[in-house]
Amino acid sequence: MSVAEAPVARAVVRGASSGARVREILFPAALLMCIAFAMLALVVLLVDVAVDGIPVLSADFLTRFPSQIFPERSGIQSALVGTLLLMAVCAVFIVPVGTATAIYLEEYADNNRWWNRLIEVNIQNLAAVPSIVYGILGLAFLVRGPLELGRVVLAGALTLGLLVLPVVIIVGREAIRAVPSSIREGSMALGATQWQTIWKQILPGALPGIATGVILALSRAIGETAPLIVVGAAAFARFNPNDLTNDPFSALPIQILAWVQDPQDEFRALAAGAILVLLFLLLLMNAGAIYLRNRFEQKW
Amino acid sequence: MEAASDPPGGGPRPNLTRVRTPRSVGESAIKVLLFVAALISVATTVGIVVSLAAETIEFFSQVGIFEYLLGTKWTPLAGGDQKSFGVLPLISGTLYLTALGLIVAVPLGLGSAVYLAEYASPRARRVIKPVLELLAGIPTIVLGYFALTFITPVLLQGILGIEVQIFNALSAGLALGVLILPVVATLADDSLRAVPASLREGAFGLGASKPQVVLRVVFPAALSGIVAGLVLAASRAIGETVVVLVAGGASANLGIDPRESFQNMAAFIAQTARGDIAAQSVEFLTIFAVGTTLFVMTLILNAISIRFVRRFQQVYE
Repeated sequence: MSVAEAPVARAVVRGASSGARVREILFPAALLMCIAFAMLALVVLLVDVAVDGIPVLSADFLTRFPSQIFPERSGIQSALVGTLLLMAVCAVFIVPVGTATAIYLEEYADNNRWWNRLIEVNIQNLAAVPSIVYGILGLAFLVRGPLELGRVVLAGALTLGLLVLPVVIIVGREAIRAVPSSIREGSMALGATQWQTIWKQILPGALPGIATGVILALSRAIGETAPLIVVGAAAFARFNPNDLTNDPFSALPIQILAWVQDPQDEFRALAAGAILVLLFLLLLMNAGAIYLRNRFEQKW
Repeated sequence: MEAASDPPGGGPRPNLTRVRTPRSVGESAIKVLLFVAALISVATTVGIVVSLAAETIEFFSQVGIFEYLLGTKWTPLAGGDQKSFGVLPLISGTLYLTALGLIVAVPLGLGSAVYLAEYASPRARRVIKPVLELLAGIPTIVLGYFALTFITPVLLQGILGIEVQIFNALSAGLALGVLILPVVATLADDSLRAVPASLREGAFGLGASKPQVVLRVVFPAALSGIVAGLVLAASRAIGETVVVLVAGGASANLGIDPRESFQNMAAFIAQTARGDIAAQSVEFLTIFAVGTTLFVMTLILNAISIRFVRRFQQVYE
């Protein structure tokens, strides 16, 4: 490495100076301050939300419907139900599609073919597309346009699904790659076909990793606001969506946004309460991911 | 796959060509099915490009392309004569807010990464890493809430005594900084740890002190990976919607006073999509024109980032 050589030579000459020792203490101290700031930001944020939000939390808060006029009679039932439905439908979409794509890219795709390289580069690029752009895609193709689903749960869930699909694929590929090739070869040597090998040997081994990827993806999707705004999720829904393809729907982030933007403090407190519910759901999902990782991870 | 062929006449010879059995047909069908699933991601990109392009072309049939790209007044939702479609204030607002976020996140994120990679004990790492992951997992609407209810009234107006408007670039920029700090820190940490230990040992062997090794040997060696991470963080901030929508306000501002309200492209799209505007009206089409502008900007940034990563990977191979 030519980059490193010259500076080191100079460094040696200066190494003996008296300031060097002071610097050796001050430098890590400054670095530690950076981390302390990051941690402080997280703590202040959580305390801020908790202080505002805990007073409004109650069983009624979870079961009432939102109100634009009466903060004290407001709740998040329709938003919570909407979010849970969105996540369920989203999971039904991303689990098969994401896993299938990961399997294809790891087990079948020949990297010398241009179309396989295209798929790979494309997934990399999709991961960096802003979420609002997915909202535009959902609006143009799912809500209106070819599919014409309307502003319904199915359209919202598919939009979120497309948004987080790269996460499932990338994490899933890593999990499949981690299954040692001796397993594949052993299975093939015993006469199993490629698919039998994948279905009976590789997938069970990669399952904890794939499940972790799905949970990661859903925990990204559950907090996404921007695409749902564009797709047209409703704030202040007075009823739950009973039909995934017909009824308008709300979601927690949309409800939070509507309350945050209300200048009245009482509504801001409701927003904080809803944020706590959202963070609790996130915590549950992450705990699930950690449990899966520790409980089922194979040591090869 | 080749079809089975009869052995050519003559003695019985073993048939070495593949025979099409129900099982082999099933295997190929599965491969095709998996390939179709993989194509969904390609279809997503095509869908994004088509949905943006169609309406953007329609938009430019009504608004001149130079009026859009060079105009300095952005008031597409105003009535009558006040309507103006100069996108420059939105672009400059987007870049300005991103710059504010980077000013916060770059030093703090890089500092955190250097500490994590070079100083932290394995035990400290096990504590700090999850905290950064937790911070990275906070939904952006929560950061927006934090900016509006804490950063602006308590931190800026209260503790620091800055006379900011309720919606201002400073609080949105700070929140964006918190948003991308874990991105910067995690990616920089990865590239610092990828620097071979032999480089550090060589420098120590020549008598360099730890800060010298870190700043003059390890950091330069990891620079291309770090820059790639920074570009990715910048593109995250450029495309962020909700933080700016909640804390930045709704004025397309061409100025540079951080105490004033600023809007970025994504927040404009969200704000416009929420309003009651007729489909296929010019106002509605601005969503797609601005979306295209944003998409192209992040695409360019991502291409730069990928190029940096490639360079970075070549170094030690």
